[in-house]
Amino acid sequence: MHRFANPARFLRIARVATPLTLWPGLALTMLGLCWGLFYAPPDYLQGDSARIMDVHVPAAILAEGGYAGLAVAAAVGLVWKHPLADVAARALAPVGAVFAAVCLITGSLWGQPTWGTWWVWDARLTSMLVLFFLYLGVIALGNAFDEPGRGAKSAAILAIVGAINLPIIKYSVDWWNTLHQRASITLSGSTIAPALLWPLGISFLGFALLFAATVMMRMRAEIAQTRVAARARRTAEAFA
Amino acid sequence: MFLPLLARDLSLARGRAGAAALPIVFFLLVAIVFPFAVGPDARTLARVGAGVVWVAALLAALLPVPTLFEADRADGTLDHYAARQIPAEIVAAARLAAHWTAFAVPLLIAAPLAALLFGLSAPAILRLELALALGTPGLASLAVVAAALTAGAREGGMLSGLLVFPLAVPLLIFGAGAAGGSGAGAFRLLGAATLVLVAMGPFAAGAGVRAARG
Repeated sequence: MHRFANPARFLRIARVATPLTLWPGLALTMLGLCWGLFYAPPDYLQGDSARIMDVHVPAAILAEGGYAGLAVAAAVGLVWKHPLADVAARALAPVGAVFAAVCLITGSLWGQPTWGTWWVWDARLTSMLVLFFLYLGVIALGNAFDEPGRGAKSAAILAIVGAINLPIIKYSVDWWNTLHQRASITLSGSTIAPALLWPLGISFLGFALLFAATVMMRMRAEIAQTRVAARARRTAEAFA
Repeated sequence: MFLPLLARDLSLARGRAGAAALPIVFFLLVAIVFPFAVGPDARTLARVGAGVVWVAALLAALLPVPTLFEADRADGTLDHYAARQIPAEIVAAARLAAHWTAFAVPLLIAAPLAALLFGLSAPAILRLELALALGTPGLASLAVVAAALTAGAREGGMLSGLLVFPLAVPLLIFGAGAAGGSGAGAFRLLGAATLVLVAMGPFAAGAGVRAARG
C-alpha cells in the first residue's frame, strides 16, 4: 500500500487510468441509458416508468459503495497516515453525495406514478436519506476548520462512525417489509427479465467507471493545487 | 483518572448553574411552541406528544454542544491532560457523564411537565420517563462526539446538528416508539442503541479530542 503513497507514482497511474475510465464510462452510460430508455420493452406491471431503474439502481449502489470507499479512505488516513488517503476522502465525498441525491430524486420520480406518493418513511428510503446527510456532514466538517489538516481528521472520524449505516441500508428491505421492494438481484440469480437486466448492467458499469474517473480527476486536481500553492509559497519566500 | 475529571466537570457545570438551566428552558419552549403550531386539538396532541417531547430532548441535548470542549481547548487544558498522559477517551468519558448529569437529570424532572402540556395519560407519562431515562445517555454521547469533532470549527454549533441527526435516528425511532406504547421490544432496542452509543462514543470523541489538540 505504501508503494502507492508516493503522489508522483499515483499521478503517473492516474494520468493513464483517467481516460481509460472516462471515455468507456461515458460510452457505456450512453449505451445503457439509451437502450433502457428506447429499446428495452416496458415492464409488465409498471410500464414505461420502470425505465428510470437504469439511473436509480446504479446511483443507489454507487452512493453506498462510495460511502464504503470514503470510510475505508478515512480509516487508512487515520490509522496509517497515508498521504493520499485524505485527498481520496475529500475527492470521494461530493461525488458520492451527488449520487445519493440522484438516487433520492429518481426514487421520488419513480414512486409518484407507481406508489402514488413522492415519499414514504420506509426503512430503505429513510436510511438512504440518512446516508445523504452523512455525506453532507462529512463534507461540511471537512471544510469547517481554518487549520488545514484538522478538518480532514474530524471528517474521517465522522465517516467511520457513519459506516454503521451501510448494513442498515443493505438489509433494511429484509428486516422491515414495508414499501420498497426487496432485492431483485441476489447471489443466487435475478428476478429481473434479461431484456431489462442488460441495460441495467451496462448503465451500472458505465456509471461506475464515470465515478472512478471523476474521483481520479478530483484527486489529480487537488494534488496539482497543492503543488501550485507550495511553489507560490517558495517563490514568495525567495523574494522575501 | 475518570472520577477526578468527572468531579472537575461537574463542579464547572454547577458554577454555571444559570446557564445550565438554559437547555431545560429551551426544552420546555419547544414543547410549548408545538401546540401553537399544530393546533390545540387534544387527540392530535396526545398522539404526537411522546414524539415531540423526544425531539425537544434531542434539541436540548444539542444546545450546549459548542461549549462542551471549547473552553478547555482554548485555554490549553486538553494539552495539559495530554502532557499528564491522561487518555483522551477518559477525558471524553468524563465529559459524557458530566453532560448527562447536567442536562438529563433536570430534563427527567421537566419531562412530565411537558407531557402534561400534551395531555398524556399517567401510564404514557411513565413510559415517556422510562424511555427518556434509557435514551438520554445515548443523546449525551452523541452530543459529546459532535462537540469533540467540531471543537474549534468556525460554525461548530450549526454543524453539530447536522452531525448528530443521522446518528440519532435510531434513538428517536425506538425512543418515540417505546414512549408511544410499542411495547417492551422498543424499550430493548432503545437500550441497545444507547449502549452502543455510550460504548462507542468515548472512542470517537477521544479521537476528536486528539485532533482538537492538534
